[in-house]
Amino acid sequence: MEKFNSLSGVAAPLPMVNIDTDMIIPARFLKSIKRDGFGPSLFYTLRYDEQGKERPEFILNQAAYRKASILVTGTNFGCGSSREHAPWALDNFGIRCVIAPDFADIFYNNAFKNGMLLIRLPQEQIDLLTKDAENGANATFTVDLTAQEITRPDGGKIKFDIDPFKKHCLLNGLDDIGLTLQKDTKIGSYEEKMTVAQPWLSAVR
Amino acid sequence: MAGPRTLFDKIWDAHLVDQQADGTCLIFIDRHLVHEVTSPQAFDGLRNTGRKVRRPDLTLCVPDHNVPTENRDKGIEEEESRIQVDALTRNCEEFGLTLFGMDDIRQGICHVIGPEQGFTLPGVTMVCGDSHTATHGAFGSLAFGIGTSEVEHVLATQTLIQTKAKNMLVKVEGALPVGITAKDMILAIIGKIGTAGGTGCVIEYAGEAIRNLDMAGRMTVCNMSIEGGARAGLIAPDETTFEYLKGRPMSPKGATWEAAEAYWKTLPSDPGAKYDIEVVLNARDITPMVTWGTSPEDVVAITGAVPDPAKIADEGKRKKMERSLAYMGLKPGMAMQDVKIDKMFIGSCTNSRIEDLRAAAVVAKGRKVAGHVQALVVPGSGLVKEQAESEGLDKIFTDAGFEWRDAGCSMCLAMNNDRLKPGERAASTSNRNFEGRQGPGGRTHLLSPAMAAAAAIKGHLADVREFDA
Repeated sequence: MEKFNSLSGVAAPLPMVNIDTDMIIPARFLKSIKRDGFGPSLFYTLRYDEQGKERPEFILNQAAYRKASILVTGTNFGCGSSREHAPWALDNFGIRCVIAPDFADIFYNNAFKNGMLLIRLPQEQIDLLTKDAENGANATFTVDLTAQEITRPDGGKIKFDIDPFKKHCLLNGLDDIGLTLQKDTKIGSYEEKMTVAQPWLSAVR
Repeated sequence: MAGPRTLFDKIWDAHLVDQQADGTCLIFIDRHLVHEVTSPQAFDGLRNTGRKVRRPDLTLCVPDHNVPTENRDKGIEEEESRIQVDALTRNCEEFGLTLFGMDDIRQGICHVIGPEQGFTLPGVTMVCGDSHTATHGAFGSLAFGIGTSEVEHVLATQTLIQTKAKNMLVKVEGALPVGITAKDMILAIIGKIGTAGGTGCVIEYAGEAIRNLDMAGRMTVCNMSIEGGARAGLIAPDETTFEYLKGRPMSPKGATWEAAEAYWKTLPSDPGAKYDIEVVLNARDITPMVTWGTSPEDVVAITGAVPDPAKIADEGKRKKMERSLAYMGLKPGMAMQDVKIDKMFIGSCTNSRIEDLRAAAVVAKGRKVAGHVQALVVPGSGLVKEQAESEGLDKIFTDAGFEWRDAGCSMCLAMNNDRLKPGERAASTSNRNFEGRQGPGGRTHLLSPAMAAAAAIKGHLADVREFDA
């Protein structure tokens, strides 16, 4: 997994609540069997009209935000399906950090598995950052994971909380599966114990 | 021994393989359902690292999202869909996994076939790369959706890294009025708690109205937990659960069944168990529900009207409502029963079981679908289809002008050819009314199977209570 330590970049404001995974990437774009190439489909309906032409009013189509790497958005971002294509699409586009009052659970997990940082902040602070982000290319934020701190364009700082294990994995770019396989003996003894205690659990075929 | 525990606490404790000092847990996964859309990248990951599937015996694979619901014998016309389904077949061969392929009578929507086969059992942990995995919670199984990275993690290790969610109790007291279904109940619950009301929680559904539901109804309720923000929903196992499971192909048999049942009876929450959040509804207040907007929380009684954004104080919510109404092409104050539909869809992991089809057939029998409506009935599995045909339901539907299709996810998310055209409006028994969910520009009203059939016949949203059986 890609490491996440510190990120400086343009932040795009998208002040809508309940942005669902179908909005992030519609189901018809989930037919690839690869992990990449989803960037052009990100926010498809918001981003393109019926003819597939860019909607100039959509934030990521505006010159200042075409290379945005941070998104500041509304609560319950990523609600809906479990499709990891949603964080893949954001990541493929270049967005590595999303800041919102809250996120849907499955999306939240999925994003971290891809080395992305999601930050929860109270609405008042989101409002401040949204205003900052509206300043176009001048709206550069610096997100420092080690210090758990966002530096605003005016130099002001906002602190954020994060689960210590998620932080540890991001900072070191750790592969979850590799970590878990180090506990192979524990998994093995759990399996042995349960095969005896609850024989109906195994060999269901 | 700790104090009184909830059903969720008990399942969690029984599956803990390891707990780190920071609270991060490693839990064992007893059942893994795999479908074609969210798995190919996970299998690639295994190949790239030379890893195997740790427990093929706990893994069941089925194509459902992409499969066509007509002319199956011709295969899958669309190339990308075919590639995904073929990839699943190849991956199952390579990693030695059980597959119910497109030509297998047992093929169907993963959340329909798991229970049908007895793969789903009380007290197990169960995952799938699909958010509606919560369905299986109807059996008292801790079941939740995961992303593709986690699918790979489960394939490789049969475990997941998790932090424990909060306990939430949703109690529905009293008995449901006649004609009110599990779908109306869960829509009412989501309307009350909101689409993020269960975020960070596992919801346990309890109370007389829940207890009185059959397994299909319980699955409908648990299925839409995710629409209320909760990754999992649970209902304590009881005689209704055991009755359903006994004799299923993968259910335990003989003495093992006896031992399993004895264990399952210890699972219900202890008296005095603590919940972080409690919500109570009275079943008598629930009426047939429909959605008016583009979030599952946008619910209203069928006797109600489209809400007015001008009356919403909160700016964010008002904007969201204005956007929804513009997308849906609805005006504030319009009676829901005046909303004309173009298509009707009975199907999806929410409502495609034999009980759902029977409820719709009662309304359809001897009537005709309105001339301007295309109505699709898509059974949840090949076996549901077979059962329905043995009861003559297919004949009732086709005589009334409904199309009788093959099993799959179909128009719930429109990954196959079943979809809405821009601007078309559907009465749908599925679970999401998001913008573009059933096709770009398509408009969705969620409702129960009986209400969907009523809408197809009237040509507009209608109150099923006005239909005589």
